[in-house]
Amino acid sequence: MATTLRRRQDGPGINWWLTALLMVLALTIAVPLYFAVVTALKTTDQLGGTGFGLPTDIRWANFADAWRLTDFPRTALNSAVITVGAVVLTLLTNSMVAYAIARNMHRRLFKILYYYFVSALFVPFPIIMLPVAKETAILHLDNRVGLVLLYVVYGLAFNIFIFTAYINSIPQALEEAAVIDGASTWQVFWRVIFPLMAPMNATVGILTCLWAWNDFLLPLVILSDPGSATLPLVQYVFQSQFQTNYPAAFASYLMAMAPLLIVYVFAQRWVISGVTRGAVK
Amino acid sequence: MKPGVRLANAFYVMVLPAFLLFFIFHTIPVIQGIYYSFTDSPGYGPANFVGLRNYIALFTDPRVLHAYWFTFLIAAVATVLVNIVSLAIAVGLNGRIKFKNGLRGIYFIPNVLAILVVGYIFNYLFSNSVPALATKIGIDSLSTSLLTKASTAWIAIVILAVWQSAAFNIIIYIAGLQTVPTEMYEASNLDGASAWRQFRSITFPMIAGFFTINMVLSLKGFLQIFDHIVALTGGGPGTDTESVALLIYKGGFQGGEYGYQSANSVIFFIVIVGFSIVQLRVLQRREVEV
Repeated sequence: MATTLRRRQDGPGINWWLTALLMVLALTIAVPLYFAVVTALKTTDQLGGTGFGLPTDIRWANFADAWRLTDFPRTALNSAVITVGAVVLTLLTNSMVAYAIARNMHRRLFKILYYYFVSALFVPFPIIMLPVAKETAILHLDNRVGLVLLYVVYGLAFNIFIFTAYINSIPQALEEAAVIDGASTWQVFWRVIFPLMAPMNATVGILTCLWAWNDFLLPLVILSDPGSATLPLVQYVFQSQFQTNYPAAFASYLMAMAPLLIVYVFAQRWVISGVTRGAVK
Repeated sequence: MKPGVRLANAFYVMVLPAFLLFFIFHTIPVIQGIYYSFTDSPGYGPANFVGLRNYIALFTDPRVLHAYWFTFLIAAVATVLVNIVSLAIAVGLNGRIKFKNGLRGIYFIPNVLAILVVGYIFNYLFSNSVPALATKIGIDSLSTSLLTKASTAWIAIVILAVWQSAAFNIIIYIAGLQTVPTEMYEASNLDGASAWRQFRSITFPMIAGFFTINMVLSLKGFLQIFDHIVALTGGGPGTDTESVALLIYKGGFQGGEYGYQSANSVIFFIVIVGFSIVQLRVLQRREVEV
């Protein structure tokens, strides 16, 4: 991939027309974000018109309002705990399950297990949302712990799919060498395989992170205590309660989007290559 | 590896917890959903077995039929548009351009944002900014909000869906385009092939597999559309912009139609699996032909 890129870039002539066209089209991404920023800085009486004008009188207090109204520290912490929990547990468990399945595909039991997990790719969430909401309530898992658990379980189908494909490309000779040196299956997994899976772990970690942080439907149907609401969920609640205070609402949108956006700006190439790797497998 | 007894034990321990959790939180709900679909359960208290009554009622319920029609409309239009838009942009981003990585970075941004939150921003744009802008430059048809009429609200929903979903599809198409060997272009350049001809005869056939994946995933994703609609119209006016997922949610949790919407879920599941299989078959056959 890197060589093709370099060759193309070094090739004769940069297509400036194409560059300009793509930059203009990129405005479709930039404009809504610009709009969110300027609106978040206005006073309510500066709203109206097309709303694209810069604020004449910047009102930073919108952020303070949004902070207070959405109980931001707590909400952001909920989102962070759920996201981190989902990512860490997914990486530790899904990779292990995939390893056990990938190395035992010749056994019927593991083969069945593989298709059992992967078949969940065809079951869209709306189909199980009613019973799952009921079940988590009965089991007292209608909270952050339950949500983490569900992200780990529902990610399994896709993650097993890409993890096993990756594990199959790792030569078994490495494991055999470790076994001869006296390593147990667990040691082989944690010391040899898990570190070798780093690129796929990055991919799965990124995708799980984006999913858990931005998801709205699962928290909506699972969480019963308003105190454990996540960022997207609280925007939904906020929307009906503070209909008229648009600047504060927009400040809160920005605050909800900011953490992941900031991480993305710094880890951009890494994120994109991670997602690409997931796609090519 | 030698399948010794101790070895196998460790492997069983590795998969057992996942199997149990998966069974409890995925398989049991599926089975329960099927069970409830044959009852008149309102979601609480006792329920009676009603046989196929829910299923029969579904096919004559105008609200349900409308939700399916509306969901198909959105999913079909958005799937086609997303794939055209993202393939075009991906080809551009794969060309000889300046700021290649920066531009790729920008085009991926929508994928790191929550649809619901972006949807609220678009909601304000559609209901306030666009009408104000249209009035200013004198386009009467856009001077009222797209979102207040069922006949136009779907357009706004499609725009948001395409805006958000193109980001991911672009990256997958770029990954596909990078698998095309540059030598093929060099050879066809010598033969004097036009850019469009190159795209049709080299690029597109070479990335047909990626096209299939994106079409299937897009359609499957858009058939489940939920967040977009909650943020833009909430299903309104009335129930005019309700998607199937939104209807299951509303009827099941708030409308006392737990059993009835469970039956709807089962039908919905069959529809989605059916669509995915047909689409895969058709697209893969085309892949072989070209």
